[in-house]
Amino acid sequence: MTTPDHETSTVATPKHAGVSRRTFLAGSAAAGIAVAGLEGILAARRAPAYAQGTRLNIVRWVDFIPACDVELKRQAVDASKALGAEVVFEFINANDLQARITAAMQSGAGPDIIQMLHNWPHLYANGLVDVSDLVAWQVKEQGALYPLSEANVKVGGKFLALPHGIVPGLIAYRKSWFDEIGATTFPKTYEELRQVSAKLKKKGKPYGQTLGHTFGDAPGWAYPLMWNYGGMEVDKSGKTAIDSKGTVDAVKFMTAFWKDGCDEGGLAWDDTNNNRAFLAGEICATLNGASIYIAAKRGQDKIKDEKGEPMVRDIQHARLPAGPAASSSYQASFHHGVMKYGKNQKLAKDFLQWLHGKEQFGKWFQVAEGFSIGSTKFWEQHPLWSTIDEPMKGFRTAADNSRVFGYAGAPSAKATEVYSKYVIVDMFAKGVQGTKPEDAAKWAAEELKKIYG
Amino acid sequence: MKKSIAGGSGSAAGLEAVLSHPGTSRPSGLTRFLESERLLAGILLAPTVVLLGMFIAYPFVMGVWLSLSSVSVGNPGEFVGLKNFIKAWNDSIFRTAFYNTFFYTFWATIFKLALGMWLALLLNRHFRGQRIVRAAMLLPFIVPTVLSTFAWRWMFDPTFSVLNWLLYQTGFITTKLPFLSDGTYGMWCAIVVNTWRGMPFFAISLLAGLQTISPDLQEAASLDGANGWHRFWHVTWPLLKPVTLVVVVFSIIQTFSDFQLIYVLTGGGPANATHLLATYAYQIGVATGLLGEGAAISLFMLPVLFIVVWLQLRYLRRLEGA
Repeated sequence: MTTPDHETSTVATPKHAGVSRRTFLAGSAAAGIAVAGLEGILAARRAPAYAQGTRLNIVRWVDFIPACDVELKRQAVDASKALGAEVVFEFINANDLQARITAAMQSGAGPDIIQMLHNWPHLYANGLVDVSDLVAWQVKEQGALYPLSEANVKVGGKFLALPHGIVPGLIAYRKSWFDEIGATTFPKTYEELRQVSAKLKKKGKPYGQTLGHTFGDAPGWAYPLMWNYGGMEVDKSGKTAIDSKGTVDAVKFMTAFWKDGCDEGGLAWDDTNNNRAFLAGEICATLNGASIYIAAKRGQDKIKDEKGEPMVRDIQHARLPAGPAASSSYQASFHHGVMKYGKNQKLAKDFLQWLHGKEQFGKWFQVAEGFSIGSTKFWEQHPLWSTIDEPMKGFRTAADNSRVFGYAGAPSAKATEVYSKYVIVDMFAKGVQGTKPEDAAKWAAEELKKIYG
Repeated sequence: MKKSIAGGSGSAAGLEAVLSHPGTSRPSGLTRFLESERLLAGILLAPTVVLLGMFIAYPFVMGVWLSLSSVSVGNPGEFVGLKNFIKAWNDSIFRTAFYNTFFYTFWATIFKLALGMWLALLLNRHFRGQRIVRAAMLLPFIVPTVLSTFAWRWMFDPTFSVLNWLLYQTGFITTKLPFLSDGTYGMWCAIVVNTWRGMPFFAISLLAGLQTISPDLQEAASLDGANGWHRFWHVTWPLLKPVTLVVVVFSIIQTFSDFQLIYVLTGGGPANATHLLATYAYQIGVATGLLGEGAAISLFMLPVLFIVVWLQLRYLRRLEGA
């Protein structure tokens, strides 16, 4: 675990912000990192000679914490001044990002920087600029990347996107409701979770889980469930291995869990439905980022429990239960990719160095209040974690047991294709809709064979 | 000649005086060039041809090329013949989408035709506020599909559906109906929304057709003792058939290639149960980046639509000839 240096402690404090930036820029220059851009600009004390009217466009998802996007817009103004070019953020629905990337790459025109989720850099490798130099700088400054972030952006030995953060998912649950039925600690296994959820469903408070075509919560639940029962997409050699006892057992569990304990409307949910259902008191628990807790806290005057108390006081978080084979999770990592077709690649890199630096990222990280964590363990030591509410503390290290798509094989574009086609999610959805678990696993195996060959 | 016309403008006589008579001298090459009807036709047609070429022909040819290649996002690919079509045909999700497209188009068109006809017959009567009602009827057609479908999505919401609430409160149901979380329900919800949206197009077109039918014919039939149904079947319907067929052809084309409604309402889910060819082609081609395979899926629509349009136009021509 990386211990923050003296500089870190000043990063989070605005009054030290300027010093901190210069410090890190000087540090990176001294280290001989091949990123000459921004430090040179600041050393010269004037805006760089980018052509007048130069504009840098960045496309990102609409953050579940609206204040994060507000902070980025604010930072864009500062960046525009520092870089001498107009920096413009555009925020779109996360489920539309892949379509946007495809359109931009095929037309050879579009945003200079696009946010990449999961392992997308593997799929879009031909359209991304090698940013290994920036990653080297980031690692030098903020320590080693989490394995999942590294695996998701490293393609053929090159880093094709710069890891920005991770949105960890934990199960948000209503503590008092679980206590009422005697579950004073959160279930440790999937089977225990099914039993507890069944009791709560009988009381009209089911577990909420999406199995829809949506980017985060559906794969965040489906992949670990398969892994934790011993299933996997491919074996270590890359050969399709999904049609196994482990996968069938996972589908069997899901089918029973769905019927006994879940809100069966979840088949049509996207990543926002469970947030709304939880905050409306319709479900007892759901796998999610910290956005439910943060929304309940920020809106505690309006979001109340059945006793009229702020709901936030009754929300607790827990890790996914363990399965018979493992206790892993899948955490969504986020990166920024510089597009090859872009005419402002150097400017894009300079901007990313600015945005990902301790000072700017630190400010954004604080606004996120634990919803987004860093891409390195460095951020586990941030002062935020000592002051944050107790139920939020679990998010600090939530990324430590995450696997990546394509497990147990190496990360690849094939795994991204499996994700993009929602094969694993649909396998479970088929099971809960009545397909025999064995047939659901066979269907997934056929789909995977078409992809992996 | 140009100079003469400019100088002698004012009267036909003046013009006559300065223009050379036919046969007295041969027109210059430029004159002949400018007076050529072929050239004029070419010049007038050029903008249309360019626009059609850019926005219809080029994308179509590009789509055909993509469907025969292994192009994927960022990868130029190579010619693979019919491989993408064969792969699609062997894909269980494609077959579901293919079946869904026919099912969705068939039922939505039937409902739109039946309800549109009924509405047109009602609106063809004289009543107070007739114009306001006619204008209001067009609202579903005018509101952007994405917006209206979002409203429907909220009404069918798995957790907060106002329809479920209403049915529950009025005692029709005891548990929530799985509007969008069950494949069969989801498909029928999409058909309902499509019908709601497309019905005004049928109604207004058929109404226009009804208004061309002389009231004398109806009166004559009444005098002969025909009841309402007989008047409709033997007088109105034969005269309205050509308009109806054109409207149905348009509707089939639009419904068969529908994208927005399904994309917003169900996203093709749950578990691909409501995918149409257009939404599945988008899922494969654009979201997953397999452009060749996506193009092949979308091109499966072409022969089907071609046959439907050809049969209906042939029938229409026969009607007109009779």
